Amino acid sequence: MTFGETALKLRTFRHEVLSSNLVNADTPNFKARDIDFQSVLHARLSNQAEAHTLGLDRTHQVHIAVSGESLGPKKLYRVPVQPAVDGNSVDPDVERGHFVKNAFFTESALSFLGSTLRTRLSAITGQPS
Amino acid sequence: MSLLGTFDVGTTGLVAQSLRLNLIASNVANAETAVSADGQPYRARHVVFQAQPRTGRVGQGVAVSRIVESDAAPRMEYRPGHPLANAQGYVTMPNVNPAEQMVDMVSASRAYQFNVEMMNTTRQLLLKTLDLGK
Repeated sequence: MTFGETALKLRTFRHEVLSSNLVNADTPNFKARDIDFQSVLHARLSNQAEAHTLGLDRTHQVHIAVSGESLGPKKLYRVPVQPAVDGNSVDPDVERGHFVKNAFFTESALSFLGSTLRTRLSAITGQPS
Repeated sequence: MSLLGTFDVGTTGLVAQSLRLNLIASNVANAETAVSADGQPYRARHVVFQAQPRTGRVGQGVAVSRIVESDAAPRMEYRPGHPLANAQGYVTMPNVNPAEQMVDMVSASRAYQFNVEMMNTTRQLLLKTLDLGK
């Protein structure tokens, strides 16, 4: 369950990041962003500090701890395939490829989560779903 | 939920691209307008896009920050009989380049289509989320 939920959260986060890249494909000086899905997922599942995140230092015991998760995964900059005159680093084809792939994986994450839920439900009710 | 935020991002894209298409239509329609509202020949207009950060959200939308008029030199047409012709018989025509407008139009309409496609994909994912556990 934790795996499916974490993966789904990250997938939908990435979905929004990629959609914002696509929408800004013609915006001058816009830089394409993305997250390192694999490393973030690994860090979240193993409760390790996420790479590329800036933690907040606590200098007093009453300070509230801010986890990296509440700040969201660190967005990195994509290395452009070819430079653009207007300073935009979005390659629509690359972004579309990532977008479709991410949408597919979001759907599979939903399927896995759904089947896990069904399995548990049938274990609780004692009836095959 | 990030999926719902994608709809807002997509909508800003649709609005911006349709405004761009609107200006292209205006440019093409006025490609032969020697006198515009201010008495001067019509000048081609272009949109300037700007990324629009949204508070508390990851995705940035896009907005038209301003509309600029092209500084390109006007087209001079030799029409001696024209009432607006100068002493040499030339009429100052708009600086609209039809080929440029066509290319811009294709780019804008493709971008609009991608936005619609993106929102459709998001819709499917959301519907799938609603079916979770069924």
